[in-house]
Amino acid sequence: MIELTKKISLFGRTRELEGEIDDFLDKLSQCSLLFKIAIKVYLNEGCTDDFENKLQDVNKMESDADHLRRAIETKLYAQTLIPESRGDVLGLIENLDQLLNLFEGSLWAFSIEKPEIPSEYHNDFEALTDMAVQSVESLVLASRAFFRNIDAVGDHNHKVMFFEKEADKVSTKLKKSIFGSDLDLSQKTHLRNFVEHIDNVPDWAEDVADRLAIYAIKRTV
Amino acid sequence: MEISVIIFLTSGLFLGWALGANDAANVFGTAVGTRMIRFSTAAVVCSVFVILGAVYSGAGAAATLGKLGAIDALAGAFMVAFSAALAVHMMTLAGLPVSTTQAIVGAIIGWNLFSGTATDADSLTKILTTWVVCPILAAVIAIGLFKLTTAVLSRAKLHLLRTDAYTRLGLLLAGAFGSYSLGANNIGNVMGVFVPTSPFTDFDIAGLFRFSSTEQLFLLGAIAIGIGVMTYSKRVMLTVGGGLMPLSPVAAWVVVMSHSIVLFLFASQGLENFLASYGLPTIPLVPVSSSQAVVGAVLGIAILKGGRGVKWRVLGGIGAGWVVAPAIAGIVCFIGLYFLQNVFDQKVYAGGPGGGTTAVVEYTLPAK
Repeated sequence: MIELTKKISLFGRTRELEGEIDDFLDKLSQCSLLFKIAIKVYLNEGCTDDFENKLQDVNKMESDADHLRRAIETKLYAQTLIPESRGDVLGLIENLDQLLNLFEGSLWAFSIEKPEIPSEYHNDFEALTDMAVQSVESLVLASRAFFRNIDAVGDHNHKVMFFEKEADKVSTKLKKSIFGSDLDLSQKTHLRNFVEHIDNVPDWAEDVADRLAIYAIKRTV
Repeated sequence: MEISVIIFLTSGLFLGWALGANDAANVFGTAVGTRMIRFSTAAVVCSVFVILGAVYSGAGAAATLGKLGAIDALAGAFMVAFSAALAVHMMTLAGLPVSTTQAIVGAIIGWNLFSGTATDADSLTKILTTWVVCPILAAVIAIGLFKLTTAVLSRAKLHLLRTDAYTRLGLLLAGAFGSYSLGANNIGNVMGVFVPTSPFTDFDIAGLFRFSSTEQLFLLGAIAIGIGVMTYSKRVMLTVGGGLMPLSPVAAWVVVMSHSIVLFLFASQGLENFLASYGLPTIPLVPVSSSQAVVGAVLGIAILKGGRGVKWRVLGGIGAGWVVAPAIAGIVCFIGLYFLQNVFDQKVYAGGPGGGTTAVVEYTLPAK
């Protein structure tokens, strides 16, 4: 009987942890959307208060997500839950958290270095940001599927790969046109850094998706 | 009770202890090995349900063993149980999935040969057929159950954590059921040979129900099994965890359930009566090997996954177990009886030479 009440309360704790994982994925998704808005604001208006506010929002969300990540990891190990896949879940959550760091770091760089982006590159910068955000959105869906519907992981994963490839195309094009222009070399390298800041996001998302695919195979075997 | 009676019973208790130490791992090994259930929880649940199963429905399978050879002297029963325990120990050292079942049958036949008692051919055929059927049936049940479970799980789209929580509960319930079935099916191996010479007498508890001498004997054997579980099974459980083939927790649940169902089928008098009342063919009540039921179930899942990871050596081991274990136990028993009779001057069968105890008590089925 004691064991039974323990089990019932275990379901309660399980629900709580499920909620925390969902919250973490929500934060990642919202962060990527905020990133998109922030870049758009920067391109159109420069480093305004509006941009700084978005940066602060991302900042706060990143630190909230950190708290959630620690809580999830501690619970997984303290309560010895999912012994078979907790290492995979731990890896997944930490790698997803790295995306939040990339978003935050990139916006901080915009805020501190205030790059001057000539208007002819705005469209490509926006397109690159869009690809980066979409890759993360697909990765969030793939991660949710990992927890709830393992068969659907592949359906979302292939989109992550797709957006990463498209982002690569845009970033190569952007870098070529930057270095083919009459700008100073210092500005060229400065702009290249920012292209790479954004392009790092889909690259990392693709790496996570690759691991996720393996985690999914491990669970179906 | 005479001291010699207690000494003679020790070999049965030793066999019970060995059974608890080894076979509990079949029930809870995967769950404890994969850390889904704590060892302490597993040990308590296992001991309690083994005792319940043994006392409440142990009589059916034990009766079949009794028919194979009714050992009618306590010293004889001692040697039968002792040689069985020895054979199990030797086979375990050789790493073969053997069980007390095969050993005890060989030992009984050894006693039959020594005492010149005819071996009941019907019972022997029944038992031998069951040994072959047991792993096959476990495999078939495992295949069906695995398909059903995976179909239900993929349709339910449960959260990974929820699946984990349900699997834990499922493993615990399946383990309890498995322990009950193990007690019911295998207590005959441990105490069956002592039934005809039981030193206990029946008594009534508050005039409500009768606690027969057989049930008392089974309770004692079951407690020995429980002590085996508590004291020695942890290491075996942790080894069994990933021993045969790496299993997911859900597959582990299927294995434990299939094993438990098979053992239950071969032990349930209730089911036998139910089938008989509808004129259906009944399932013989025979002690079967829980190790081989587990191996059968694991093989079933392996076959379902395209035969990858099937360890053919283990499969060969099962076949060898059918022959080698009874042979060793039979030979050891025969030689042991010779020494017991001629060196220690013990009466090892009724009407045989030697002194000692022959406290023959009429065989009684537990009161229903």
